[in-house]
Amino acid sequence: MFNPQPLASNLNEPILSVSGLYLNLGGQTLLSGLNLNCYEAGVTLVMGANGAGKSLLLRSLHGLLPVEGDIRFAGRALPETLPDQAMVFQKPTLLRRTVRQNMEFAASVDGSEAQIDTLLEEVHLKEKADQPARRLSGGEQQRLALARALLTRPKILLLDEPTASLDPGSVMIIERLILEASSAGVKVIFVSHDIGQAKRLAADVVFLHQGAITEHSTAQHFFSKPSSREAQAYLAGELLI
Amino acid sequence: MLTDAFSEAVSLIASGNEDLFEILLLSVEVSLTALSISVLLALPLGTLLAISHFAGKRVVITCLNALMAMPPVVIGLLVYLMLSRSGPLGVLGLLYTPTAMVIAQVLLITPIIASLAHQTMEDLHVEYAELFQSLRVSTFRTIPVYLWDARYSLVTAVLAGFGRAVSEVGAVIIVGGNIDHLTRVMTTAIALETAKGELALALALGIILVGMALLVNAAVMSVRALGQRRAYV
Repeated sequence: MFNPQPLASNLNEPILSVSGLYLNLGGQTLLSGLNLNCYEAGVTLVMGANGAGKSLLLRSLHGLLPVEGDIRFAGRALPETLPDQAMVFQKPTLLRRTVRQNMEFAASVDGSEAQIDTLLEEVHLKEKADQPARRLSGGEQQRLALARALLTRPKILLLDEPTASLDPGSVMIIERLILEASSAGVKVIFVSHDIGQAKRLAADVVFLHQGAITEHSTAQHFFSKPSSREAQAYLAGELLI
Repeated sequence: MLTDAFSEAVSLIASGNEDLFEILLLSVEVSLTALSISVLLALPLGTLLAISHFAGKRVVITCLNALMAMPPVVIGLLVYLMLSRSGPLGVLGLLYTPTAMVIAQVLLITPIIASLAHQTMEDLHVEYAELFQSLRVSTFRTIPVYLWDARYSLVTAVLAGFGRAVSEVGAVIIVGGNIDHLTRVMTTAIALETAKGELALALALGIILVGMALLVNAAVMSVRALGQRRAYV
């Protein structure tokens, strides 16, 4: 099902490179000089307390915010990589059409109609293909949003808490698809608060606190020996303000 | 006297009075033509205003909203000045023709439909903007998507425009002249017949106008209910 072309990265070049990333909105600095080099393929988890700037970072990586700084995927600067990206938002936006028509719209923009049925089957929505998308449950809507994102055959998949408040069945389907995409070479950048999920999926973890990256390490290292005080407090369940 | 006029009005309608139905037909023809032209202008305009960013956008929206409240007689006067023999378009010889009435109605209802469409589209744009940006859909390509997805709400705007057009009297009487068998429509005929004391025809036309208003409102409610049932609103 997944057949992405590689990001054309060589081993010495980070898959994702962010340098001097600033986001100032309404006189406030929301992201303050982020620097990040991510060499690992697979799933990069972005974690942090509410308001840390996780979603802002993800939106910045997708070119949705007026940031200063340099963002590169496999050496290519951001605007150039946008056709290779797809994003799933925390609150899925679905057209006021049927499930299938939502998929067809994405296919008409940048995708393959031939994959629609396969993907709908993967997310267990083939039976509901002719139902209005906005009548689906929250979990079904999020699965549809993920299927629509995958239809565009992204090389970089950005996911903003796609499993927040979903039932275990929907979480399992979404996690399976994410792992399949990742195994097929798609670079996944995933925002989540769910520590269990992070342990299941993440190759590496980026930890944000108050708009700054306080830690970036492999998932194994992050969960066994977090080096920053903020990450230690977060994993210990303490309130970070 | 009122009862007599009313029963005469009912018999005029029931007997299919030729004059009455000629007036009715012309009214509907003029208003539907004006509506068709206005829809083609107003819906894309309202959508573009909602989804695009340009200098002076607020000024355009303010003007559009102000035009909604423009007195019809003023529109009639402006069209009259444009189309009269000494006006810039006088050479076309359109004054006192149904075309002049269509022009006046287009000017009257286009701001109404565009303004209502703009409000609908602005709400939809808040919802869809990031998705379209994420999928890299060009502004030009999003317009038909917005129009289609808001169709149930837009029908309300279109029917409101039709209701306004068909019930308009001030502008059409100035540019149409209320000429028998040529530019006499329901509203201008009602005004004339009432002035003459011929209440039967005026009442018959009034009954039909009220009936049309009820039908339009019923249509609006049905369309919205249908959209809600299908979760498309």
